[in-house]
Amino acid sequence: MAVREAEPVGSLREVREAGLDREDLLGIYRNLLITRGIEERGHILYRQGKIPGSFYTGRGNEAAAVGVATAMGSDDVGAPLQRDMGVHVTRGVEPWRIFAQYMGRVDGPTRGRDGNVHMADHRFGLLAMVSHLPAMLPVAVGCALAFRIRGDKRVALGWFGEGSAARGDAHEAMNFAGVRRLPVVFICDNNQWAYSTPTHLGYAVEHLADRAAAYGFDGVVVDGTDALAVYREAKRAIEQARAGGGPTLIECQTLRMEGHAVHDDAFYVPKEMFEEWAKRDPLERFRTWLRENAEFDDDEEDELTAGVKKLLNEAIRRAEESPLPDPSTLLEGVYATPEDLETPHHK
Amino acid sequence: MAEKTYLQAISDGLRQEMRRDERVFVLGEDVGVYGGAFKVTLGFQEEFGPWRVIDAPLSETAIVGGCTGAAMMGLRPVAEMQFADFISCAWDHLVTVAAKQRFRAGTPVPIVVRLPSGGGFSGGPFHSQNPESSFAHIPGLKCVCPATPADAKGLLVSAIEDPNPVLFFEHKHLYRRIKAEVPDERYTVPIGKARTHREGEDVTVVTWGAMVYTAEEAAKELDAEDVSVEIIDLRSVLPWDKAAVLESARKTSKVLVLHEDTRTGGFGAEIAATIAEEAFEDLDAPIKRIAAPDTPVPFSPTLEKAFIPQVADVTAGLRELAEY
Repeated sequence: MAVREAEPVGSLREVREAGLDREDLLGIYRNLLITRGIEERGHILYRQGKIPGSFYTGRGNEAAAVGVATAMGSDDVGAPLQRDMGVHVTRGVEPWRIFAQYMGRVDGPTRGRDGNVHMADHRFGLLAMVSHLPAMLPVAVGCALAFRIRGDKRVALGWFGEGSAARGDAHEAMNFAGVRRLPVVFICDNNQWAYSTPTHLGYAVEHLADRAAAYGFDGVVVDGTDALAVYREAKRAIEQARAGGGPTLIECQTLRMEGHAVHDDAFYVPKEMFEEWAKRDPLERFRTWLRENAEFDDDEEDELTAGVKKLLNEAIRRAEESPLPDPSTLLEGVYATPEDLETPHHK
Repeated sequence: MAEKTYLQAISDGLRQEMRRDERVFVLGEDVGVYGGAFKVTLGFQEEFGPWRVIDAPLSETAIVGGCTGAAMMGLRPVAEMQFADFISCAWDHLVTVAAKQRFRAGTPVPIVVRLPSGGGFSGGPFHSQNPESSFAHIPGLKCVCPATPADAKGLLVSAIEDPNPVLFFEHKHLYRRIKAEVPDERYTVPIGKARTHREGEDVTVVTWGAMVYTAEEAAKELDAEDVSVEIIDLRSVLPWDKAAVLESARKTSKVLVLHEDTRTGGFGAEIAATIAEEAFEDLDAPIKRIAAPDTPVPFSPTLEKAFIPQVADVTAGLRELAEY
């Protein structure tokens, strides 16, 4: 069961076979623009002193995140990480709530209780990440276990980085999922740098996806800058899991195009590496593909980018109107009440 | 109503809940075919099948993390740690994920983690611990420590019903040693409400778990010396019944806090501090703590006996307070 290296996606016909029509393709591009736009605007807000704490982006990972999320079914669940803003956007989290989250306002998904990308809107099947990566992998496996116990045709997705792959949680989650052939797909955002640690100091196999064989399931390596290739591989893995075929480990290869967080200038990443990967910018790559394969013209592009710009302007305005939490509410919500269980998930 | 062991009461309570609510399932090591290391789930797999009584690999992280995910998807998982000591391997999933998820993300995590705890039979450093104090410090968790068979059943039912992560510390030394009447029907015992194990006038002992019986033996000895001892069984340390403790402290004016866990930073310190803060004027003696010394749990019987608080330690403490 050797690891498979995915082919890039070619023609529009090939894409249609993978289940996407032209409207879906424009939707993917829009989600890519919104994802990058949120993080670029967030960076400005941070510099303006409007975002407390630190600030993380997933620049370079947009296509991997949007590609996987596009392949998810509406009842599927996932726990995306700090480089996966595109998952939140694609699942339908409104940008103004993300800005509210960044700024610690009451309308962010965590109501100011947690910051940056430590958020999730469970109405969209998302689970809020913790900092202790990859702790959400066993949780995703537990979601899949629930689906298996109940016989639901649902799939859980767990994200992790190549850095956190060194931790025991990754092993326990994948081993248990493999033993029980649970409906879970593991997505590795391999952006080549765990803070300042390069891959050769993090793992000793050629590809992280090679590890899948040790757990008895398939591993796939895919170019994470190719939104359509990521989509195709994720779709295949998700549907295989849904059909009872067990887990898959998909390794999306990218480069983290900025520092670990805003304070980090990433001096340790060779300049040539940035230059090389800048040529494979996922947004530019997809835009070029649309122009060459899907008759994406200037008018359509202008309309789309103007729409995204307006959306983000409006989102920031609305987020800034959202109040900061009232300190008198601090003690609220430490413990759940029975009524809290009346959510779609808990039924 | 029938007489049952503490272990049988836990097993019956769990089986009853699994029959009543198909969302309840068990995940742990050797819980299926083998019936669990202590046989709490003996026969369960035959009745409920392999997907509700699930044998997990040796993976405490995947067990607790997996239960967390399954709970968020609407099930009511009951995890079993083979020994409470192994919960250290799943610390992150309880403390980092489960305990904080409601507060930050709004998603409740209704899981129960059963923890066979406590010493007294040469289990050594890794099969004898009482780690409840560590978890009693974590907002978002609940820590339950029943002492009687009836409480063990009723508190387990409450723990399964509870929308929060509940650590259920079941004392191994009570499993087969303690027998009492347990109602056959389903009932709950509220989490956070103490029980007066024994009424008395002169000194209060605040304790929980197996130490309730150590205190009881000591109290009987003190009867002969005309010292009347009240025993408050906390039943849970998070939340803990502050009102009941303060009421008893005000009644007797002398308090001994007793626990099997080690002394420094043990939960007894929290109880003593609270009494000192809120009932200082009512006290006629300094609050006394009796707990294990600050060492790992030793293996050899002579050492373990010196480690776990004994009846003689408690009687000495009670006499000291009575004479003060």
